Amino acid sequence: MEKNQEKHLDNSHSYGNYILVWLALMALTAVTVAVAGINLGGLTVATALIIASVKGYLVLTIFMHLKSESKTFRVFVSVALIFLIVSFILLFSDYSFIARN
Amino acid sequence: MSTQEHTVTHIHRDDIGARMGMWLFLFTELLLFGGMFILYSIYRYTYPDAFHLAAKDLNTIIGTFNTAILLTSSLTMALSIAAIQRDRKSLSIFLQFITILLALGFMVNKYFEWSAKFSHGIYPGSEVLLAKPSGEIVFYGLYYVMTGLHGLHVIIGMVLIAIMMRFTYKGIIKADSYVKLETVGLYWHLVDIIWIFLFPLFYLIT
Amino acid sequence: MNETITVPTNGKHPSYLEYKGKYKGFLGWVLSTDHKRIGILYLVSILSFFLVGATFGFLLRLELIAPGRTIMDPQTYNSFFTLHGVIMVFLFVIPAIPAIFGNFFLPILIGARDVSFPRLNLLSWYLYIIGGLLAIISIIAPGGAADTGWTFYIPYSVRTGTNVIYALFAAFVLGFSSILTGINFVTTVHRLRAPGMTWFKTPLSVWSIYSTAWVQVLVTPIIGITLLLVVIERTFSVGLFDPALGGDPVLFQHLFWIYSHPAVYIMILPAMGIVSEIIPVFARRTIFGYKFIALSSVAIAFFGSLVWAHHMFTAGMSNTGQFIFSLLTMTVSIPSAIKVFNWTATLYKGSIELAPPLLYVLAFIFQFAIGGLTGVMLGILSIDIMVHDTSFVVAHFHYVMFGGTGFGIFAALHYWLPKMFGRMYNIKVAKSTFWLVFVGFNLLYFPMFIMGWLGMPRRYYDYLPEFHIYHLLSTIGSWILILGILIMFTNFIVALIRGKKITEKNIWGGETLEWTIDTPPIHENFLEIPTVHEAPYEYKQNETDIRQFQEVK
Repeated sequence: MEKNQEKHLDNSHSYGNYILVWLALMALTAVTVAVAGINLGGLTVATALIIASVKGYLVLTIFMHLKSESKTFRVFVSVALIFLIVSFILLFSDYSFIARN
Repeated sequence: MSTQEHTVTHIHRDDIGARMGMWLFLFTELLLFGGMFILYSIYRYTYPDAFHLAAKDLNTIIGTFNTAILLTSSLTMALSIAAIQRDRKSLSIFLQFITILLALGFMVNKYFEWSAKFSHGIYPGSEVLLAKPSGEIVFYGLYYVMTGLHGLHVIIGMVLIAIMMRFTYKGIIKADSYVKLETVGLYWHLVDIIWIFLFPLFYLIT
Repeated sequence: MNETITVPTNGKHPSYLEYKGKYKGFLGWVLSTDHKRIGILYLVSILSFFLVGATFGFLLRLELIAPGRTIMDPQTYNSFFTLHGVIMVFLFVIPAIPAIFGNFFLPILIGARDVSFPRLNLLSWYLYIIGGLLAIISIIAPGGAADTGWTFYIPYSVRTGTNVIYALFAAFVLGFSSILTGINFVTTVHRLRAPGMTWFKTPLSVWSIYSTAWVQVLVTPIIGITLLLVVIERTFSVGLFDPALGGDPVLFQHLFWIYSHPAVYIMILPAMGIVSEIIPVFARRTIFGYKFIALSSVAIAFFGSLVWAHHMFTAGMSNTGQFIFSLLTMTVSIPSAIKVFNWTATLYKGSIELAPPLLYVLAFIFQFAIGGLTGVMLGILSIDIMVHDTSFVVAHFHYVMFGGTGFGIFAALHYWLPKMFGRMYNIKVAKSTFWLVFVGFNLLYFPMFIMGWLGMPRRYYDYLPEFHIYHLLSTIGSWILILGILIMFTNFIVALIRGKKITEKNIWGGETLEWTIDTPPIHENFLEIPTVHEAPYEYKQNETDIRQFQEVK
């Protein structure tokens, strides 16, 4: 086998693992909807985003096999996410200080 | 050195490279939607009350149902890859088919949602919408563009998975060569992740 | 991958130019997935669009030679500067080095036979052509060419009746061409380097192209969505940026510049890579500070993505935002300066050969220094408030984009065309033409610094008599420059048709992999994939090598 065809089960989980992750995702969705009904002011958005991030993390690492890929892939994803987040932060550094009438 | 006249036709196979290329493409999708999420966040910051009010008009039940549908489709997609890795060709094709059905269900729901809004006169450029306060006009603009673009990506995903079904059926995708299915799977999971963030930001900010 | 290629019966491998693949003739070119042929396809199309963009520039300068109307009305003038910008930015400066020289030489520089995704590569070129056609359609379709400036600021871009949508679609499609190239190059550099070529044994132009490719992948989608949103807003009155519908026009500027500022690093980084390639060869010295230059490419890509709002200091930002972006802007100058110091240190006490590639590189360093320093000036808030939207800015960016990247492209053409085609141009003509181009360029743009400082606004059709002398000098400079460029291109074309044929592998005495293969290269690049042991640019101090260059002169 050529070295660039890895053993075909390296990048895989058992069916059961996938189903477990799916159950977690569904549960987290239920939590998000429930929490949205409670008024926590500014925290509501933060909570929603945190839960969404956890769900995203599960999809990335298990469904998209990021956990079993080489480190390079994880560095790539981090670079992309950091760029997006830093852009957000910089943009808000302008907008949150504009004096609005 | 031999004197035959032939050049090497190297069948260059690089599964890792293929996945790497797809991940890089996914970053472009992430940033495409990221640009719109940036827009959303600035406008949400600017018009908190209008956004709150307008979000009430969206149907949380359909939204939640759609989220569940898409999450399940991610599961069936991942399972279809696991199946072909274990040489279960029919199972893989079946799971890919279910994925497409779930995606179709998502689009049908979206169609109902949108037509309900249209029948109330709420669509870009409509008199009803333009009569509302600025913040609400912006909210609906973002809603239609973001869910619309997302929907377009769902449709593209359905087409891609259908092509993969055919490849699997023909044996082009098989137990020791399935990177095509993997890359389409990666695309599909990203479509799911985008919805994971869209859902709370539009439907759950009441 | 250890495939060796067996020699055909007549003992001679055809070059990629003569190679007969699945398709013949014209189809063999436009359907080819050979990175070298694709590079040539880009060469022809990109340089053609350059001439179109230059023509618009020439006509603009002709209009501005004297106050009042000279050859066109104000509406035409507005369309011309819009088209000049759109064509030069999206169809020339951004794609040129990666698409032409990156495509042709990246695989060779790393010891590969092609890029990771050859068919995607061809698609990139198709998208480039489609984008170019859309740009042309935007000029000739009823409605008239867009007159918004290449920056398409809201609200005018939503209000004007001109062909904005075609222009926006052109930019959108060209963005995708750029993205696919970026994806291809990142993957190629990771996956296809020859055995032994570790990251720190990779040529510096590879580091540049790699960093550029990352920026292409990450920021281009943002302009993609932004321009798409303007199209949607124009078509469906969606109300995302239009203030009449509750939108924020400054937000458009933010999103526009989140791409367009890093875009200028997409433009300059590959040119810096070219400079790093050429200097060691013509100074016959190892490059000074290889690691610093390599990592500074990454640093420029990184910091350059954080400074976009310095284009918006007068648009209505918060003071806090202004301070932060001004501070960040200062940081980008550091890695750029590191490169300039290292290049200069490499030249110091080197054995300098003033061949045409080096002449353009020396001009690059001079002009990039001026452009870069004036950029730092513009990053200072108190100065920018006064000179924003004046000719000072126009001079600044032409010094970096044209005096920098443009001259980098000219250098690369003089350096690599002989290898690409196996034909030598006339060196005497090349050297004298350089002086025309250099003098013309500086006469064209330097007066703009002065008149901008004195208050001459940019994009203005008419002006006060006190600015006349500067405009006059500038227009004369444009004639000298265009003359030089036309002679340069003629020199190349004549060389291709009946120039002296070269078969030497290494006419300049370079130490990177492209100088170890045939001139022009065979279809597969290498007979055998090399194993790399040394870092590039390892010149031995005391060697007296007879350089082919001497004979070719």
